[in-house]
Amino acid sequence: MSELANFDDDQPLLVAEGLGKNYGRLAACRDVSFALYPGEVLAIVGESGSGKSTLLQLLSAQLAPRAGRVSYRMRDGVLRDLAELGEAERRFLFRTDWGFVHQDPAQGLRMGVSAGANVGERLMAVGWNHYGRIRDTASTWLDRVEIDIGRIDDAPKTYSGGMRQRLQIARNLVTEPRLVFMDEPTGGLDVSVQARLLDLMRNLVGELGLAAIVVTHDLAVARLLSHRVMVMKGGRVIETGLTDQVLDDPREPYTQLLVSSILPP
Amino acid sequence: MNAPTYNFAYLDEQTKRMIRRAILKAIAIPGYQVPFASREMPMPYGWGTGGVQVTAAILGPDDVLKVIDQGSDDTTNAISIRKFFGKTAGVATTTSTMDATVIQTRHRIPEASLHAGQVLVYQVPIPEPLRFLEPRETETRRMHALAEYGLMHVKLYEDIARFGHIATAYAYPVKVNARYVMDPSPTPKFDNPKMDNCAALQLFGAGREKRIYAIPPYTTVVSLDFEDHPFTRYRFNAPCALCGADNSYLDEIVTDDRGGRMFVCSDTDFCEQRQAAGHHGTESAAPHKEKAHV
Amino acid sequence: MTAMIELANAEKTFTMHLQGGVELPVVRGVSFHVEPGECVVLSGPSGAGKSSILKMIFGNYRCDSGRIGIRHQGKVVDLATAEPRQVLSIRRSTIGYVSQFLRAVPRVATIDVVAEPLIVNGVAREEARERAGRLLRRLNIPERLWTLPPSTFSGGEQQRVNIARGFISDLPILLLDEPTASLDAANRAVVVELIAEKKTKGVAMVAIVHDDEIRHLIADRIVDVTSFAAAA
Repeated sequence: MSELANFDDDQPLLVAEGLGKNYGRLAACRDVSFALYPGEVLAIVGESGSGKSTLLQLLSAQLAPRAGRVSYRMRDGVLRDLAELGEAERRFLFRTDWGFVHQDPAQGLRMGVSAGANVGERLMAVGWNHYGRIRDTASTWLDRVEIDIGRIDDAPKTYSGGMRQRLQIARNLVTEPRLVFMDEPTGGLDVSVQARLLDLMRNLVGELGLAAIVVTHDLAVARLLSHRVMVMKGGRVIETGLTDQVLDDPREPYTQLLVSSILPP
Repeated sequence: MNAPTYNFAYLDEQTKRMIRRAILKAIAIPGYQVPFASREMPMPYGWGTGGVQVTAAILGPDDVLKVIDQGSDDTTNAISIRKFFGKTAGVATTTSTMDATVIQTRHRIPEASLHAGQVLVYQVPIPEPLRFLEPRETETRRMHALAEYGLMHVKLYEDIARFGHIATAYAYPVKVNARYVMDPSPTPKFDNPKMDNCAALQLFGAGREKRIYAIPPYTTVVSLDFEDHPFTRYRFNAPCALCGADNSYLDEIVTDDRGGRMFVCSDTDFCEQRQAAGHHGTESAAPHKEKAHV
Repeated sequence: MTAMIELANAEKTFTMHLQGGVELPVVRGVSFHVEPGECVVLSGPSGAGKSSILKMIFGNYRCDSGRIGIRHQGKVVDLATAEPRQVLSIRRSTIGYVSQFLRAVPRVATIDVVAEPLIVNGVAREEARERAGRLLRRLNIPERLWTLPPSTFSGGEQQRVNIARGFISDLPILLLDEPTASLDAANRAVVVELIAEKKTKGVAMVAIVHDDEIRHLIADRIVDVTSFAAAA
């Protein structure tokens, strides 16, 4: 990784402290603490059932933790406990300062509504009321995610998987969020489509100085996108550090197993 | 056998009280959809069961009732509801907009401006304006609660993207009292401005969907739009063939099977009043003489 | 200290959990320093830990004990204990690393791969590309290849792209891992020239070079890694 935002800015954007969540007797997430800084991309890796998706939901306030808390620095500079935000504030955060890219684009898009409206919706939600400007902005974003402007009035149900995922990214980034959550963003795509998407995301994250939390089981995705990685197993973070450090010099048995399980290219 | 005796206006008093409570709440929160325990009525859903229950709950012995369907006093639906209340409540009925105290309507607002003391009761098929884009009731309720109405503009955006202008011609969404977005029932958007700052009380009843909502008198009602695509009314560009009115909402009537057609006021009372006052168009309203059978 | 890099008793051991927890000592007691404008060449046989030491200085391998002092923005930071964010900041504005192999991102044009370190540090895109072009020309990469992604290039071409990317920025520390390994004589000479230019600009360098002739040309000092070998 070489596009780095300004790391001299010493105020964390998001802080997790002692996060825990149980499903019955199953501890899906145990004692997770970390700080995420502006412009920083954190990958959460681990295999299915390791608790990474639960953690993502806790971090994005879609799930209430049993223990611990998540704080976020709002645009006014104040660090606020997410559990203490009202629902209106939380939802506002979700459609302005945050993005959420789902693995399945159908969950993040309105499949029957045109691509332009899909991108424009977040703008209209924050009070944009000029059709021409909404459409221009949507066009710009379609172009940035390499979707032919000629498809602006087509619904995503007519799009390919890779296009849908790129549209989902445009829809999320149009309000210039500071933090984007991504849940297996390249899952279910062909390898060639994945490479294009990763390259696009990497550039956008760098250009916009976005902070991102990316959940993935694919270490190649973590290596290409993230600055820092957290390895999860059984709901715990077992290893954390710079991405290349953890992947080139893994310490924990489980991390060594993960790294050694990658097929050589 | 004796004819059955109905309670006044058909519904029992408990039910009417329950509906009145819902109406009061609806008036207190303009544009907000209040759930109510809608009853089975002796007519099928889609025939105005919501409006009929609201009318039944507010009707008093001294009221004068007018019922219109698409502006007309003499269609099946209007006649049967008028007869229903004539029989079960024994109230006076009228076709005159000015004389009525309660007007139940399907799909129109009368042309004559309403006055203080009148109540306009709308029959509503689908009360939720967000429904076509957001199928989850839990989610639409939350969107209303938090005034998240971006989605409403998505619908209008789609219209412009597809047709070059806002093509929604009826059930055109409005914002009531600068707070709730509301479906004005399937009235033509031509009627939308009449809801704004209206002297009469406007009540909306959806029987199948079990919702009541209201616009109190003199409430601000704004039609949603874009700065560069402002709300516009729409009517056929023709005078009424019967009364010559050039400012009323027109129905298109097919007169033969060779493409013949004429435009006439959809509001029959308005049209008749004008004809009585000496206005006339290109056609006569006199009934056509049937050819005598030989 | 005036040194740009100062290692004191740095130590590294791999624990191979998948091989029953075998401990694999790599280096111990690594101590040396590098002054500005100086090129230190690590010497020793294969497997002695030269690359590992380079990777520790870059923060790619973790340091188990000891100290790796780096002069970063006027202050000395101990890389062995630095936070990930500090390491990233050091990599962006202090330490550059030229590895043997280019880890290229698919689809990015060669000229942009080379210009990227400058752009990240705030140089305007046009100027960055112009400087990238000059460097590529010096390293004999034909202009018609500049707009192609380097992943399709030959090994030697890829390495030269990598060298251009490593040498383009004005970082005060450069780590060179066999920069001339698969280059022909003409291009080796260009690299030697580039290293000499960096020295005049006060850049501190640590290099691994197997070619005796090149080592002789660039080394100000040779540190024998054999003495740090930790193998029992």
